[in-house]
Amino acid sequence: MEILAILIPVSLGLGGVGLAAFIWALRSRQFEDPKGDAERILSDAWDDRPRPD
Amino acid sequence: MAEQGAVTAPVGDVILSLPTAHCAVCITDVERALNAVPGVRGARVNLTLRRVTVDAPGLTAGDLIPTLERIGYEAHELDPEALSSTTADRQGRDLLMRIGIAGFAMMNIMILSVAVWSGAETATRDMFHWISAAIALPTIAFAGQPFFASALAALKAGRLGMDVPISLALVLATAISVYETSQSGHHAYFDAAVMLCFFLLVGRYLDHRTRAIARSAAAELTALEVPRATLLRPSAVTGASIADAAEEVVPVASLAAGDLIRIRPGNRIPADGEIVAGRSEIDRALLTGETLPVAAAPGLMLSAGEVNLTGPLVMRVTAAGRDSSLARLTALVEAAESARGRYTSLAERAARAYSPLVHLMALASFAGWVWATGDLRLAVNIAAAVLIITCPCALGLAVPAVATAASGRLFRRGLLIKDGTALERLAQIDTVVFDKTGTLTMGRPWLVSADPLPASLRPVALALARGSAHPLSRALAEALSAETAAVIEDQQEHPGRGSSACWQGREVRLGRADWLGVTDDEAARPGSAAWFSVAGEAPIRLEFADSLRPGARECVARLRADGQRLILLSGDRPAAVAELAATLGIEQFHAGIDPMGKADLIEALAAEGAHVLMVGDGLNDTAALARAHASISPASALDAARVASDMVLTGQDLSPVADALLTARRATARIRENFAISIIYNIVAVPVAIAGFATPLIAALAMSASSITVTLNALRLRR
Repeated sequence: MEILAILIPVSLGLGGVGLAAFIWALRSRQFEDPKGDAERILSDAWDDRPRPD
Repeated sequence: MAEQGAVTAPVGDVILSLPTAHCAVCITDVERALNAVPGVRGARVNLTLRRVTVDAPGLTAGDLIPTLERIGYEAHELDPEALSSTTADRQGRDLLMRIGIAGFAMMNIMILSVAVWSGAETATRDMFHWISAAIALPTIAFAGQPFFASALAALKAGRLGMDVPISLALVLATAISVYETSQSGHHAYFDAAVMLCFFLLVGRYLDHRTRAIARSAAAELTALEVPRATLLRPSAVTGASIADAAEEVVPVASLAAGDLIRIRPGNRIPADGEIVAGRSEIDRALLTGETLPVAAAPGLMLSAGEVNLTGPLVMRVTAAGRDSSLARLTALVEAAESARGRYTSLAERAARAYSPLVHLMALASFAGWVWATGDLRLAVNIAAAVLIITCPCALGLAVPAVATAASGRLFRRGLLIKDGTALERLAQIDTVVFDKTGTLTMGRPWLVSADPLPASLRPVALALARGSAHPLSRALAEALSAETAAVIEDQQEHPGRGSSACWQGREVRLGRADWLGVTDDEAARPGSAAWFSVAGEAPIRLEFADSLRPGARECVARLRADGQRLILLSGDRPAAVAELAATLGIEQFHAGIDPMGKADLIEALAAEGAHVLMVGDGLNDTAALARAHASISPASALDAARVASDMVLTGQDLSPVADALLTARRATARIRENFAISIIYNIVAVPVAIAGFATPLIAALAMSASSITVTLNALRLRR
């Protein structure tokens, strides 16, 4: 049962990382244009090098 | 375009609407083309909203639109100030954040609860409960805020809304679980409380998103009309001469009574006023439904919303903005809206019956158990279980899930729902009243037949028609576009009369009957007419008809097949209205009706017990739109008409109206089914809870099963 002392914090921590990522995505406005982002992946512009901005 | 430059502030972004953008190639094309324009620092397409935001200090929409049109994209300027959707955005993000946190907490507590349900004992169980409490308490305090705030507001107003039982269940369940945990009890409801919070937040978010999409699309329609006027400033030095007055482009909102403004041909009149100089013809279709243009000369009073057709006019403003004829109609609209009465939505009716019942039931089981056993702790536990099991999880999702699915479906077909209860009201419709001009017809004339025109004269007529901006001339030019234009000289536009030119030494004229010296019985015929003459020969009559809106025929046919009673109402001449009614097969029609007459007729129909859907676009329809049980206006309608109606057609096509009735009926049926599903769940689960057999496991199962069933049932609408 001692393993619980490790596993529970680990599971909470991993969940917390996911939550933090979601909140970060929300704050940096990554849900503003879901349709556009889905289509942009198909565009071959900037395939060779990253967009400067 | 230069005149727009004068008022558009050089600071800030230019926002353009891109109605035709739909794929990855569109994004790349538009961004590449805009970035190539000198002075553009950056352009970003938002495909969800079909907009592009251009960071280009010093440039205006007028500089960028031609660039997009060259590569084949339709673009319209949007007024950034009218697009103030930031508060709605923030609310949506706030709700999403709460959903994220509640979801995270729910999953973690559920993992711990599964261990407890599967038989964790004593110290292990207590530890799991304490960890659950540590996650649940802050989550409930943060994620439950929207419910607590609105429950408090409802209590202050002396009502029992849906949010009072929700908040009570959340607080009671959490408190009793903390107490039970401290006494190392067997049951804790942390998982149920957080799950309740999560599902209800999802319902709340769906509801918010449906309304936010509708609001932003409606705001976009308003933002499309950037209202500007050309103000004349007669300089003090040269006296009050109009000819050499300085021109300045100003926002319409800044006009005041007494200002002189110039109205170019083809422009909409921005305020009420009196013509001071110039001759032209005025299209009053949006205000009166009348399709024949009115001759305009100094002294004629004009109203905001009319369109100047042929010649430039100078007008003295008599009333602008809130004082104009638009505002006078507002009183009419308000009166009509109060007559419509407040419609009680299905959700409100359900909440009204439901809240007292839940509280009574919880209280009764508490009292019953105290009386039977004298055990206070057991009684509170059971009361909390009853509150949690009956909590309107499914009820909270029942309406928003259906509304989201239905309005999403209609939005894709080109109908925007502005009002939350519009779908329910639409489902009750049994009578459909149409306006004629601008609704069933486009208000755009076309030449009925070129036969009266001899083949030798067609090139001349084409040349003459091409030189004029009058709608009838443009229709004639379009009809004759297969010909090669003849060479004509000295073409002159005679505002309010027609245009003339010289062809092979003879004068040719195209214009009104009285100008060509003939009499025309235009008022008694369905279409409108222009006359064409060559000096020395008899004038030729050219007849024009108003073109039908696309989808009008199918829409009317489907509504008739559906068993709806159809009525055509118009302010136009009887001949024109009768002709259209016969074409579309509408049996009942009324012509020459004024705005009050339209509203009165709807009132009379409502008094007979009919549920009327009004479809109209003009200022003269506004009162009728507001009075009707439900109302739809096309996107081309005046702002006032769009504001007064519940639904707006986003495209030109009228056929979504018939779709809307069908979808609305199906949506209402789904809402009722959803209510039935949640009531059945309650009927099964409540006796178990009152009897004291409810465990956290049963509560969790009942809650998630009913929520998922209700959501899946709503999603069937999307097909």
